[in-house]
Amino acid sequence: MRNVLTIAGRELRSIFTSPVAYVVMTGFLLLCGWFFFNLIARFNMLVQMYSSYEAMGDTAGRLNLNEFVIAPLLHNMAVVLLIVVPMITMRSFAEEKRLGTYELLLTSPIGTGQIVLGKLLASGTFVGLMIASSGIFGIILSIWGNPEIGVLLAGYAGLLLVGLTFVAIGLFASSLTENQIIASVVGLVITLLLFVIAWPADSAGDILGPVLRHLAVTEHFDQMVRGIVSTSSLVYFFSMIAGWTFLTQRSVESIRWR
Amino acid sequence: MIEVSNLTKRYGERAAVEAISFKAERGQIVGFLGPNGAGKTTTMRMLTGFLPPSSGSATVAGFDISTQADEVRRRIGYLPETPPLYPEMTVRSYLTFVARLKGVARGKLREACDRAIERTGLTDVHGRLLRHLSKGYRQRVGLAQAIVHDPEVLILDEPTVGLDPRQIIEIRSLVRELRGDRTVILSTHILPEVAQTCDKVVIINEGRIVCEDDLAHLTAESPLEEVFMRLLAADTRDRESRLDHDAGASPAGAV
Repeated sequence: MRNVLTIAGRELRSIFTSPVAYVVMTGFLLLCGWFFFNLIARFNMLVQMYSSYEAMGDTAGRLNLNEFVIAPLLHNMAVVLLIVVPMITMRSFAEEKRLGTYELLLTSPIGTGQIVLGKLLASGTFVGLMIASSGIFGIILSIWGNPEIGVLLAGYAGLLLVGLTFVAIGLFASSLTENQIIASVVGLVITLLLFVIAWPADSAGDILGPVLRHLAVTEHFDQMVRGIVSTSSLVYFFSMIAGWTFLTQRSVESIRWR
Repeated sequence: MIEVSNLTKRYGERAAVEAISFKAERGQIVGFLGPNGAGKTTTMRMLTGFLPPSSGSATVAGFDISTQADEVRRRIGYLPETPPLYPEMTVRSYLTFVARLKGVARGKLREACDRAIERTGLTDVHGRLLRHLSKGYRQRVGLAQAIVHDPEVLILDEPTVGLDPRQIIEIRSLVRELRGDRTVILSTHILPEVAQTCDKVVIINEGRIVCEDDLAHLTAESPLEEVFMRLLAADTRDRESRLDHDAGASPAGAV
């Protein structure tokens, strides 16, 4: 555990001493702010529109923040994560190989699993911080509106799990190469594939269809955004994170049996 | 202290290092000498547990490099060809990080770093960022990280390459000071370096050991340069005659 924390501590420090972290975080929050503003503006317009037609009855009262603001906001944030997470994780292994510090790590009396877990912890913490700071939108809504808090929290938990899954995939991509661009592109391609893998599900038949749907990040995330936290989704996210982390460990270890 | 026997590393068909054997005693500085591409770095990487050998074995401080790799790693200080530095760290925070990696106990971290900084003459720059250090200082930090956990064996891959003459002299005398009762293996292709710092010479050419001898014994009759050139020439001749022999023999065998 001490070794994992040693690795994670150095990694986090290096994330925060490079400008990348600040650029990524600023960009993420800027985009999220823009989404939030527009969704709120649209919501406001809808409420005004519906309440001006007496004939519609109580339609305006049935418009709810969770469905019209929080859900689309979370979905948009997931798309932004899809793009920025590979940029955060791309350096983790690739940079070490380029600097030659990879040799230092692998000639130290620590396991490759500990190295990988340390890096997962560091990048995961960063992505967690980034998502947490976007929690300001939820807080604003709770102060001036009345969203369902449980659904809101489930959605944010879903976003965090999506973020961690992307981190695990990004680390794997980074462990394959010493070129950061390649690491980021490979990471992006894998995460994007997982995002859209369910597209042909409707025409893929009775067996393949559900399989593709279960594999898609979006299906599980969508459920959590709607407030449904099922065991199947939790198992999906945790097995994704564990599975990609395992592959990363194998990839790092492979230098020892190649 | 170090015993290498029949260590081999193959990449596909090509053998980077083939069946090499040598020994190093406690307190000895062994010069690992050979032309570029002779297999020096590969051998060192196998000893430090970075690369696994294809076959053969070696023990460091009594532990086998394949089966007891972590025990070996704990006892080795290793300076690769380019010092493994994180440019955004300060000298002290970097050394603390390495000490923790190498398993120095929490309460002794400070002491270990202070000692490494003092011994390698980094006291004046201990708060500077590594990216701002000159090449000579970086090399010293490289040495400092190699000794921070007080290892029994030091493995230095071309520690003076790319330095100016004054820095070379400093690093050499540093290596001699660091010896103590440690075993040091130092690779180089610079002959005077061996003559000035080492007790024992292992000459390697195209992945094979050409010569293993005490420096004093080897240079008793003629200077190291002559010995080195003669041995390499003889080895190359040997190789060619073997190849000719193989080439002459195989067509006949095929028929």
